[in-house]
Amino acid sequence: MSAPTLPRWADVVVLPLVNLAVALLISGAVMALIGQNPLEVLTLMAKGAFGSMRGFSYTLYYTTTFIFTGLAVAVAAHGGLFNIGAEGQATLGGLGAGIFALWLARDLPGFVMLPLIILASAGFGALWALVPAYLQAYRGSHIVITTIMFNFLAYTLLVYLLVNVLKAPGSMAVESAPFEPSAALPNAQEAFAWFGIEWPSSPLNLSFLLALAAAGLVYAYLWRTRAGYRLRTVGASAGAAEYAGIPPAHQILIAMAISGALAGMVGVNEIAGVNRRLLLDFVAGAGFTGIAVAMMGRNHPAGILLASLLFGALFQGGAEVGFEMPQFSREMVVTLQGFVILLSGAMAYVLAPTLARVIHALPGIAKRRPA
Amino acid sequence: MDAILAGTLLASTLRVATPLILCALAGVLAERSGVIDLGLEGKMLFAAFAAAAVGTVTGSTFVAMLAACGIAVLMSWLHGFATVTHRGDQVVSGMALNIITYGLTAVLAIAWFQQGGQTPPLGEDVRLRPLWPGAGETFGVIVGEGLLGHDGLVYTALALVGVVWFLLYRTRLGLRLRAVGENPNMVDAAGLSVRRLRYLALSMNGVLCGLAGAYLVLAQSAAFAPNMTAGRGYMALAAMIFGRWRPVPALAACLLFGFLDTIAVRLQGVKLPHIGEVPVQAIQALPYLFTVVLLAAFIGRNVAPQALGRPYVKEH
Repeated sequence: MSAPTLPRWADVVVLPLVNLAVALLISGAVMALIGQNPLEVLTLMAKGAFGSMRGFSYTLYYTTTFIFTGLAVAVAAHGGLFNIGAEGQATLGGLGAGIFALWLARDLPGFVMLPLIILASAGFGALWALVPAYLQAYRGSHIVITTIMFNFLAYTLLVYLLVNVLKAPGSMAVESAPFEPSAALPNAQEAFAWFGIEWPSSPLNLSFLLALAAAGLVYAYLWRTRAGYRLRTVGASAGAAEYAGIPPAHQILIAMAISGALAGMVGVNEIAGVNRRLLLDFVAGAGFTGIAVAMMGRNHPAGILLASLLFGALFQGGAEVGFEMPQFSREMVVTLQGFVILLSGAMAYVLAPTLARVIHALPGIAKRRPA
Repeated sequence: MDAILAGTLLASTLRVATPLILCALAGVLAERSGVIDLGLEGKMLFAAFAAAAVGTVTGSTFVAMLAACGIAVLMSWLHGFATVTHRGDQVVSGMALNIITYGLTAVLAIAWFQQGGQTPPLGEDVRLRPLWPGAGETFGVIVGEGLLGHDGLVYTALALVGVVWFLLYRTRLGLRLRAVGENPNMVDAAGLSVRRLRYLALSMNGVLCGLAGAYLVLAQSAAFAPNMTAGRGYMALAAMIFGRWRPVPALAACLLFGFLDTIAVRLQGVKLPHIGEVPVQAIQALPYLFTVVLLAAFIGRNVAPQALGRPYVKEH
């Protein structure tokens, strides 16, 4: 008894929306269970995320980080790899940005320093991803396990370096000294001021443009170059790729290096853009949100941009609701994110066949189906 | 002085290792039957919350443990529903359960107990007590306090290592469970239900995770706090891999990791002769580092169950 296949438009557009709707319904039920009105919460969320320029600016700031981690998970997925390690790679990216900023920003002007910080973030993230990639490609160690271990290792490394080496002397907080101005990525308020436009103060910074460029480059790479074709071939079938003369081991290294570099650029946003000093916990689960984003966005950059905006709005909206309703916790958004991963990732075969049957039962669909 | 140090190190190692042992055994059962379980962390966390919440409301240790095991088994079944029944991705499902639990337990704790995510501390009568409170005076620091000064769940965890070993290697059911993780086709051909065996393994896995979570609130700390498992589930997963999916070596790995955790706390700021001060983070990183190195050394050897992570499609 095989279910009819979904038409492409339904697979790309309707299925993610259905998954999201079910996840929202479950989360709404949880809210109702603890005595909160889900509609009121949702309204407050939307207002908090899009209701003001400041709120929208915050939303775009969250979106930036999620674009990077979402793309990171997606590129690995196209190579047939599940990168749970975006969290650790982002941590290393921030560390790279921090080390270069603290080391060189005193002597170098911004137009040299900022590209250097972007390269450092991407490079550190890529190198951190390359170790599990090498172990997967040449030693057969399962990349899911090694990247989980590398998340913990990344965190302990950051704690060690911050506590023992990079901490500002005399400071109680576990964080570095503030960066020199040349290592600070201009934020939206500063950037818009160049053109005489007034913009509210928010963490949104120029790395949003970097994220958009990354999305465009990932699209071009995956679907418009031979290299991307090779990567997708290995992801679709490592055996077929090998037979066609594409060594899968090389593609594993390439996929994870790009994935790690993308995740590492979270450091550009959070460290060089927002905090302008190195601190702990700046990734704050964004690596895992990236998994939800990539799954909702069907591993396509356009989908990832939309899904990142959605999750950016949810996180910003959730924070705003917390101010209005003290009993509301932001973890509600994390819960929702978990249900999105469960439904669109692990239960992909639960809802899809039902949806396919419904669509095929609709009048007019069957006739358009190719024979 | 040295005896006191040895006694406290031993006691603390066993206490830290207990939830790891329970979760690692849970992992062994699920993964030997062919189902990857990244959800140990989430199941333990939800179980801890259930034990704390139910313990607070009912004041009964037994009901609290029952609730902990119940919720963990339900989560195992959800994992089974997604991955065994509907052949979904096992890694993704486990990951999703962890994220859901991380969020949901915090949401519920904040809403129901209104203490910023904490639950009220459990009373002494609900918490687990040492089985032999006078052992320290009778048997001295090392044996009395280090080995005999614990609550029943510590010894249960140690005993369960033997039980799981016996189940896996000395019973017909254990043979079937291992077979279903190595070659489900053969098990199917022998007329057994792959699905039922995997659900059975997942159910036992849930009970063990439930006990681990209950231990965290009934013995280690008296209340639930958001994300209180703090990666212990992943460390148990590492211990299971370190023990090459076998109960007794997994126990050894859990004791080693527990010991490392204990001395990491002790060595804070201490200068060792010839070495100098050892950074705490270096010791804390060792369990993960060991696991990665061991995984890298596994090359070419079939240590993981052959059918691990592969959903079984029954032929018609």
